[in-house]
Amino acid sequence: MTLATLRKHFPGTFFLVVCLLWLASIPAPAQDKPYFVTYSHDLEEPGNLEIETKSAIAQPYGGNRDGAMAMELEYGTRAWWTTELYLDGQATAQDSTVFTGWRLENRIRPLMRDHVINPVFYVEYENISGADKTILEFVGHDSQADLAGPNGDLRKDHQHEAELKLILSSNIHDWNVSENFIAEKNLGHDPWEFGYALAASRPLRSAESGRECTFCAQKFMAGAEAYGGLGNTWALTLGDTSHYLAPVLGWQFPKGVRLSFSPTFGLTASSINRVYRVGLAYEFEQVGSWFHNFQKGGQ
Amino acid sequence: MRRVPALLSIFFVALIATAASSSRWEHVPAKDHARANPLASHPETAAAGALVYRDHCLQCHKADAMGDGRKRPPLRSERIRTATDGDVEWFLRQGDLGHGMPSWSSLPEAQRWQIVAYLRSIQ
Repeated sequence: MTLATLRKHFPGTFFLVVCLLWLASIPAPAQDKPYFVTYSHDLEEPGNLEIETKSAIAQPYGGNRDGAMAMELEYGTRAWWTTELYLDGQATAQDSTVFTGWRLENRIRPLMRDHVINPVFYVEYENISGADKTILEFVGHDSQADLAGPNGDLRKDHQHEAELKLILSSNIHDWNVSENFIAEKNLGHDPWEFGYALAASRPLRSAESGRECTFCAQKFMAGAEAYGGLGNTWALTLGDTSHYLAPVLGWQFPKGVRLSFSPTFGLTASSINRVYRVGLAYEFEQVGSWFHNFQKGGQ
Repeated sequence: MRRVPALLSIFFVALIATAASSSRWEHVPAKDHARANPLASHPETAAAGALVYRDHCLQCHKADAMGDGRKRPPLRSERIRTATDGDVEWFLRQGDLGHGMPSWSSLPEAQRWQIVAYLRSIQ
């Protein structure tokens, strides 16, 4: 079957083939860490736009199975400043599919040099509903019971929240070790809530082999994440908090697509027993120059 | 509450001041300046470095390593020719965040040395 036949009879498949051929013509961008919750001090390269989907499949106790997805648009504003927009949604079995809100975040590296421990300041505004099940962080006394109700009820709870994180991250030999300390405040009358995320990972092989390959060890990264809540200013205790442990695996495809996977295990009674996470990312290089070139062309 | 805008202003002024200073070649510590490429004796190092260069450096410095003639400098230059291997590896690790060059400390050290070998091979 030729491409012309494909275009005529199967336009959807033709579009997919064209997209794959286009992707195949672009070199692979940087290999990012395969973390889902924890941030390292790696920022987006300036001018690049990464589009990533982070999916979470879970079944809170007493609730129906759900699949939630956050679409992340991450832009390198400067080499020391990255801006991200998240669009969240979820589908719950025997219930409904709903858009659950958006988040805008900025990450700034205050120190221009690489140190043993590299701090990054993180500021986020969230406008999401209680039906958001992307569970990209756990703070305060967040519990699986918060996610078990029907979407119609959960959506009535609007959350306008500000979140601050102190990201500390180190590259030690080929290991990355990252620690995040989280403080989140509902802009209503709720207390400050606290949480943490820790992670470590490394590529399975350090050196590039010198030949094109898909399944080479250096294309894979493996590690683990741990994260959970630390109470709030009204009850600064670990009682009724959720904690999770999650091995992570990342695979950098040769042509710029990055796949990551993490089975997540709840460690306390408040935690969801299992969460399966899948991430798929693609990086568009030098998006800023597209507009620059377009402007130049128009003049 | 009046303190919040003042503290934010101080924070952003400090941030801009920090951004203005950056990691430049003249700041390479003596220990790093003296380092030799540990992979230089491996014949495949430069070829492997070419792949790492393609994946991470090409988008800014272009396939011919001559940059874009504006903000992205050429890597076939007197500055690279006269720098030691240790200087170049240090610069890759540090980046120059204030001037748009990311830090490549996220790359395994071996891959940074492979880039150094590749840059040497194209001078």
